[in-house]
Amino acid sequence: MEELERFAAGDAEAFEYLFRQHQGHVYRWIVRIVRNAAVAEELTVETFWRIHRARARFDAKKGNFCGWMRRIATNAALDYLRRARPEVELPEELPARRTPEAAEQNELRRLIFAAMDHLSPHVRAAVLLALVEEEPYEEVGKALGISTAAAKLRVFRGVRVLRKELSKVGVRP
Amino acid sequence: MSDRELEKIKRLLKEAYPEQNEELRGDLWPEMQERLSQRTIRVPWWDWALLAAASAMTLLFPGVIPALLYHL
Repeated sequence: MEELERFAAGDAEAFEYLFRQHQGHVYRWIVRIVRNAAVAEELTVETFWRIHRARARFDAKKGNFCGWMRRIATNAALDYLRRARPEVELPEELPARRTPEAAEQNELRRLIFAAMDHLSPHVRAAVLLALVEEEPYEEVGKALGISTAAAKLRVFRGVRVLRKELSKVGVRP
Repeated sequence: MSDRELEKIKRLLKEAYPEQNEELRGDLWPEMQERLSQRTIRVPWWDWALLAAASAMTLLFPGVIPALLYHL
C-alpha cells in the first residue's frame, strides 16, 4: 500500500519496485492475447510506460492496482492487434512437421487463423482469453472493461463468426 | 448455439493455438529505464501551427509587430 501511494506521488523507486513485482504478471497476460513472446515483452514495457504516465490518476487508497494494470495491459495488446497485419503465418513455437497428417493439421490451423482475422480485436481477445486460456468470463469482462454478461455475449458472437467463416471453407465445427 | 458446438470450437482453437511459454525470458527493467530516459517534452501540433501563423503574419505585415508588442 505504501509503495502504491509513493508511486502515485511520482516516486521513481516505488515505480521500479512495482515494475519488478508485476512485470511477469503483465507479460503473461499480454502473451495470451498477442501469442508472441517478443511482442509481449515490448508491450509489457509499453504497459508500464502508460502506467507511469497515468500515475497521477491512480487513487492508491481506493484503487485496485492489479485490475487497473490489467486493463492497461489489455488496451496495449488491443492497440497492437489493431495495428498488426492479419495473422496468415503459423504462430511461433509450432514444430515444423512434414508428415501428411501434420500438413493437414497445419492447413486447419491456417484456416482457423484466417477465420480469427475476421474478428475485431476486442472480440478476438475475448475469444482467446475465454476459450483458449479458459479465463472466467468475469475476468475477461474486467480486463476488457465490460460486464460479465457482455463478455459472454462477445465470446458467443465471436464463435458464431468463426463457425460461419470455417463453414465457408469446408470446416464444420 | 449448443454447448456441444461451443466445445467443438473451443477444442479447435486450443489445438490451433499452442500453449505459450509464459515465463519472461529476463528482467525488462533495463528496457523500461531506456524508455523512461527517452522522455521528451511534446509540443502539441496546434502550438506549432500558432507559432507558424504568428511568424507568417509578422513577415507579411511587419506593421502589426508594435501592436502585438503593445498587447503583450
